Amino acid sequence: MSCEDARGLLHAYVDGELDLVRSLEIEKHLESCKTCAQTVQNQQTLSSAMRSSSFYFRPPRELKPRIDAALRRSERKVPWSMLALAAALLIAGVFVDRLVQFGSGSNSANLVAQEVLDSHLRSLMPGHLSDVQSSDRHTVKPWFNGKLDFSPPVADFAEQGFPLIGGRLDSVEGRTVAVLVYQRRRHLINVYVWPSPNSGDSATNTTTRQGYNMIHWTRAGTTWWLASDVNASDLQNLAGMLHQ
Amino acid sequence: MHGPAKREQAPVQERSKLVSFEVFVVPHMGAAYNLARWLTRNEHDAEDVVQEAYLRAYRFYDAYHGGDFRAWLLTIVRNTCYTWLQQNRKPSALLDEDMAELDSAKSNPETLLLRNIDAKLLRQAIEELPLEFREAIVLRELEGLSYKEIAAIACVPLGTVMSRLARARDRLQSRLAGQIRKGGIA
Repeated sequence: MSCEDARGLLHAYVDGELDLVRSLEIEKHLESCKTCAQTVQNQQTLSSAMRSSSFYFRPPRELKPRIDAALRRSERKVPWSMLALAAALLIAGVFVDRLVQFGSGSNSANLVAQEVLDSHLRSLMPGHLSDVQSSDRHTVKPWFNGKLDFSPPVADFAEQGFPLIGGRLDSVEGRTVAVLVYQRRRHLINVYVWPSPNSGDSATNTTTRQGYNMIHWTRAGTTWWLASDVNASDLQNLAGMLHQ
Repeated sequence: MHGPAKREQAPVQERSKLVSFEVFVVPHMGAAYNLARWLTRNEHDAEDVVQEAYLRAYRFYDAYHGGDFRAWLLTIVRNTCYTWLQQNRKPSALLDEDMAELDSAKSNPETLLLRNIDAKLLRQAIEELPLEFREAIVLRELEGLSYKEIAAIACVPLGTVMSRLARARDRLQSRLAGQIRKGGIA
């Protein structure tokens, strides 16, 4: 490689943007060219100087609450009358929903579904989503140790587009259950797991409640519930992977 | 009975959206602020720009399918900065990419030693870089983004990113070298 050719690529070389072949060519050239070697060294020095933390501006403490407030304000730009109507309909809807459930001699699965959904909605309150935040199942799994009388199966499906982002404890049917939080693009998925040694296996059951998709099954003495605003086919994909 | 069921979805979905936004986008506030602070060169302006960018990002969030949340947010911060600078400041001299390089340290570079670099001077030298150079150097050195990511954020071809970085660094080096020469080495 000529000095002139090399010169044009030195920055890309230091930034790790060259392919292996060209990197090696540059390295070979650097052995024989003092000027280019010096340029590379200077660039590395400059980078180190800039990467010292004093160059990274940290936001002032009050910025986050200010933006949180602005986001909530922007949400409330819906006229109050509309909001009141929506709230009234929501309450009426939930009421009717429950009435229908009880009226139809509803089974316990329906009650559990409502409990899981209520828990899902609670988890969407600020700060309630996750007790342990990590994309690493090796951090999430031990976190549950000693907090539960069973060990929930913790798997990460980041490669399939469903990264595990955290976990928490929650309560369903009066018992403490494990909740794994997965991400699908910009959607959050709560996966509830608890042992149910006395229940037989059940088929996978997909439902929609109050606009949320839910999937549930029992297998090998373990009960699973998934709840999310993600579309049903994505939720089924995750269910399929958890099933295995 | 279908009426109420449909109507109640709006606030419910809105809550999912807000939580998702808080989990995936809000944590990148540090990167957003750092970029805005370097581009506007003023802390109060940076705060205003970041707030404006977050509100914009939230409005666009429905249409965003996820992926690299930080790069997506930084693109919005960057564009908000440019709009803001156009509206609030005298326009800075337009950057001519083909302009002959006058201050390049191409001939006979001096050795730069980390211990001799005056952080204050380097900071000042970065602030004096043209906006487009400053943006490239901050995204590369402080955010560690790849050329491809920078090209996407700045909306320019890859080669332009490469040449902007090279020229930005040349300028910084000659500023520092000039100072060392003038001040002498203690």
